[in-house]
Amino acid sequence: MSEAPIKNRTRGMGEIVEVAGKQTELAPFGRTLAELGHERPEIVGLTADMGRYSDILPFRDAHPDRFFNVGMAEQNLMMMAAGLSKVGKIAFCTTYSVFITRRAYDFVAIACAHSKANVKIFAGMPGLVNGYGATHQATEDLNMMRGIADLAVIDPCDAIELKQVVRAAADIPGTVYVRNLRGKVPVELGDDYRFTFGKGQVLRAGDGRVGIIATGYMSARALDACRATAAEGHDPSVLHLSTIKPFDAAAVLSFARDHERLIVAENHKTTGGLTTLVIEALYESGLHRPMTRISLADSFFECGSQEYLEAKYGVDLPAFEAAIRQDPASAGAPT
Amino acid sequence: MTTSPATAALSNQPPGAPDLDELRRRAFALRRKMMGMAAGKGEGYIAQGLAMADCLAALYFHEMRHDSARPDWPDRDRFLLSTGHYSIAMYAVLAEAGYMDEAQLPSYGLNGSALPMSTFDETVGVEIVGGSLGHGLGQAVGMAMGLRMDGSPARVFCEFSDGELQEGSTWEAAMGAATFGCDNLVALIDCNGIQADGPVTVAIEPVADKMSAFGWDTSEVDGNDMAALVAALAGARAADGRPKAIVMRTTPGHGVPTIVARERAHFVRIADDEWDALIAELEAGNV
Repeated sequence: MSEAPIKNRTRGMGEIVEVAGKQTELAPFGRTLAELGHERPEIVGLTADMGRYSDILPFRDAHPDRFFNVGMAEQNLMMMAAGLSKVGKIAFCTTYSVFITRRAYDFVAIACAHSKANVKIFAGMPGLVNGYGATHQATEDLNMMRGIADLAVIDPCDAIELKQVVRAAADIPGTVYVRNLRGKVPVELGDDYRFTFGKGQVLRAGDGRVGIIATGYMSARALDACRATAAEGHDPSVLHLSTIKPFDAAAVLSFARDHERLIVAENHKTTGGLTTLVIEALYESGLHRPMTRISLADSFFECGSQEYLEAKYGVDLPAFEAAIRQDPASAGAPT
Repeated sequence: MTTSPATAALSNQPPGAPDLDELRRRAFALRRKMMGMAAGKGEGYIAQGLAMADCLAALYFHEMRHDSARPDWPDRDRFLLSTGHYSIAMYAVLAEAGYMDEAQLPSYGLNGSALPMSTFDETVGVEIVGGSLGHGLGQAVGMAMGLRMDGSPARVFCEFSDGELQEGSTWEAAMGAATFGCDNLVALIDCNGIQADGPVTVAIEPVADKMSAFGWDTSEVDGNDMAALVAALAGARAADGRPKAIVMRTTPGHGVPTIVARERAHFVRIADDEWDALIAELEAGNV
């Protein structure tokens, strides 16, 4: 008798947790980029030894003459992408988020963003998607990237949105940073969903008691939590903000006005990302709502499976459900 | 890429034999412009700029195919100044070559000037944002690859300094250029022996041997010897699958003996009442 496979283990290759019963799509980034490459001959693809683990290989296979693996050289990845863009190319480049943000920050800021270079960064393994611990977990990338002027920052929810973001990124002027999802990526949003750069979208309109503001795949989890708690009489709304920069403060304020209390969720540290942006928008407008945060503490995180890490650090589905069920009188209190 | 018949007819190879006397005259004109730009400012990167004048004259008035009337000509040769703080030399050559009005030059480094102390690509003729050192060569590699993909005859000339050889990104790019066989790329390495804190003390020599070991077709010249520079540039035209490097040994302040002798300093300070004498030194040497 063979042993059962060990499920509860570290996964470093960053395939998002497959939620039981959910439809998935394989490699939505790379497959869409390969398609787009047929339409747009000026598109080139680059990776820093992370072709397989960023899902860009379908583009390589379709357009081998327009694909470059620069090796483990993230600074050069960003410089070459900038150089290619300055002679008319649209450079899509990939590696893990941490290696773009922490290692090549100056090159993103100056060689790319400052020059408004047509560089599209698809940065893999955002937040706790990667199980290799702090070295591989981009838990402050939104904070870092939103600090750079003239840089668009997008955190897509699912395969449907990611495919649209690939196409949109080619047309957004200048440098774009996208949190890429790889492997079998869940399908959450309907076929009628339309990504609009810079605009938040209400995915679910509830009864006005609880409003969830989320980005990335946390918006999908928010919808799961709404479904899981519906039978108990909870009816939250969900505002999905896939574009982190430019930030749709107007959508946040309108949404907040219509709800008694808020839950803000992101696959990122509480500091400097969506939560901070929401707080800034509310404070500047003078609007106050009790707020529960589902995000990561200001810390480094350990190795482990995504399920294990998300449960340990309080960003899993039960955490969402608990936040929805929270007594309104205690919502917003320090946790 | 769209290429008009007129531009397609232009070769990327320089026409005819170099006129060394004319190129030396151009280099003097660049130095004279730089002295005028720096005069009265009290400080600046005049020493490095003076040292680069010969290289820039050889590029813009002999080796490079470019057209100041069409600064966005797709098939132009590109010059990338990685050391953005050498901006004084860049603006001098752009004015000399007709990319900007010479009347702008005195505003160099002043608040609100279109000619900032470090180079930004908003300036016509400036291809990249320089100054954050270690950014030039990798962008040159990307440009060279993109131009090659389009079948363009254009070449990319990238200046960077011995100090920048201490940046790891320069070596990442050096490996990349060799890996991708960028023979339309020429690195011009300004080895002037100085950096912000004084003499270069990090063990970066032998630069030429290192570049050769990284797969570059490398030569080494006196960067203030026009004949040697022109010959090295001619030797860097071969489409042989290898990137080209010219290690230029330059003398900071070249052409103005007092600046050469004062100090081998990164950031020379000159008093207001010294400039006339220094300009006279430059002109006296132009014989």
